[in-house]
Amino acid sequence: MNYTTNEIMTVAAARRLPDGAVCFVGIGLPSTAANLARLTHAPDALLIYESGPVGAKPDVLPLSIGDGELADTADMVIPTPEIFRYWLQGGRVDVGFLGTAQIDRFANLNTTVIGPYDHPKVRLPGAGGAPEIASNAKEVLIIVKQSARTFVKTLDFVTSAGHLDGGDARERLKIPGKGPVAVITDLCILEPDPVSKELTVVSLHAGVSPEQVRAATGWPVQFAANLVETAAPTERELSTLRALQQRTALAHGTATASE
Amino acid sequence: MSDIVTLREAIAHLVRDGDCVAMEGFTHLIPSAAGHEVIRQGKKDLYLVRMTPDLIYDQLIGMGCASRLRFSWGGNPGVGSLHRLRDAVERGWPQPLALEEHGHADMANAYVAGAANLPFSVLRGYQGSDLPRYNRNIRFLRCPFTDEELAVSPAIRPDVTVIHAQKADRRGNVLLWGILGVQKEAAMAAKRVIVTVEQIVERLDAPPNACILPRAVVSAVCLQPGGAFPSYAHGYYTRDNPFYIAWDDIARERETFLAWMRRHVLETQDFDEFRRVLGETQRKAP
Repeated sequence: MNYTTNEIMTVAAARRLPDGAVCFVGIGLPSTAANLARLTHAPDALLIYESGPVGAKPDVLPLSIGDGELADTADMVIPTPEIFRYWLQGGRVDVGFLGTAQIDRFANLNTTVIGPYDHPKVRLPGAGGAPEIASNAKEVLIIVKQSARTFVKTLDFVTSAGHLDGGDARERLKIPGKGPVAVITDLCILEPDPVSKELTVVSLHAGVSPEQVRAATGWPVQFAANLVETAAPTERELSTLRALQQRTALAHGTATASE
Repeated sequence: MSDIVTLREAIAHLVRDGDCVAMEGFTHLIPSAAGHEVIRQGKKDLYLVRMTPDLIYDQLIGMGCASRLRFSWGGNPGVGSLHRLRDAVERGWPQPLALEEHGHADMANAYVAGAANLPFSVLRGYQGSDLPRYNRNIRFLRCPFTDEELAVSPAIRPDVTVIHAQKADRRGNVLLWGILGVQKEAAMAAKRVIVTVEQIVERLDAPPNACILPRAVVSAVCLQPGGAFPSYAHGYYTRDNPFYIAWDDIARERETFLAWMRRHVLETQDFDEFRRVLGETQRKAP
């Protein structure tokens, strides 16, 4: 069965969300992957959006983080302060699902500026909920398309902490959550090395060469000794994803959304 | 005590040049009509506060109403950049905009602190983030009981909070439902509160625990059906996603933006006329 690089990225990301997990979902690719998980292997995942819906089960993907579809399909809708105070800071979120504009070798994230802060070349939207999702969720999944512009040696700005400068940096700062446990891209899956915490390619998507990954990474990227090939999407995963995106396109003229 | 007045009167009497103004609504119930009226009346030097500056703040910034912005995410949701916000930050047009940048959790907390009449809010956050290096209003404090280091930032105390809601009764009590964002907290934190509503009814008939802003905390209620467009009002109309996409082209260049604002906002009397004119220009467009 044929599939695109975007489809394998979304499917591979969705598989990482355990059934029953409480998941704090960012808009865009994370929302697509989290809902695909909910519609396939994780029907009991509890999806939380920062605008207030808890247990959202959208039939079409939201274009914005506060679409009415999220409220209509949620178990409950609570005020935004409760989302951040009682759920996220309260330690009730198992998985934070994030996208990013830039990422470095320790999975630190930049969504603030390209260039100097005071005279930015590109002013990005900013932090949103990401810094506290990155620190307070028990673990973090990152889904992002891979290119040398996105996977950079040095971030212009650290908006949200990954593993900082590696090793036990998070523990030293007493950050509650474990931080990023996987980065899923359109080329491969990377995981932090257990000791150094440097992102290491553990799985290549079918047809992707290590050279392609090297060319799309702004640092000399490491590969795991037991590198595997990402399992191809199943018939069910692919048909569920395509149906979801088709319903979404019909509803608001675009297949995915990006924060 | 709330008066039921026109939006023009409410903005004229309750929003002053230099005020700290919070217009809230998390994608839902964004007070667009009120934003337009602030622009029509040429308010200046506003210190704007909002978690997610979107189209109305792009318009206020591009029309030179604001000198400072406290926020946590500034984009066109689902579409991309706010070009007027970016132009102000990247090139100082039409005037420089001082940014005071936080995260969502911090902003939400700071409204709660403002509503509770506390000077600052406390948060377990920002560890490892560069934000505190560039925003002197994010600082750290040691917990006197546990010695844990916690982030603090000043409470948000707007001079005026502006929100949109579904219903008010004739005495000026306001009812809202659906995605509530930080509207209740922003209203409770403010010195003055303006609420535009879809409908004014005899009785709210709301169940216990509904989100009601009693007339004691509302300064003015203004009837403005459709006043959240292109955002939505749960139970009344849905979000106009094509308009958010169209805004990207309108706002990308200064000239197209200014021409659009002149035709649709400055040269219209009110939001009803804005909607009529917009309907005409949209029909003419290919």
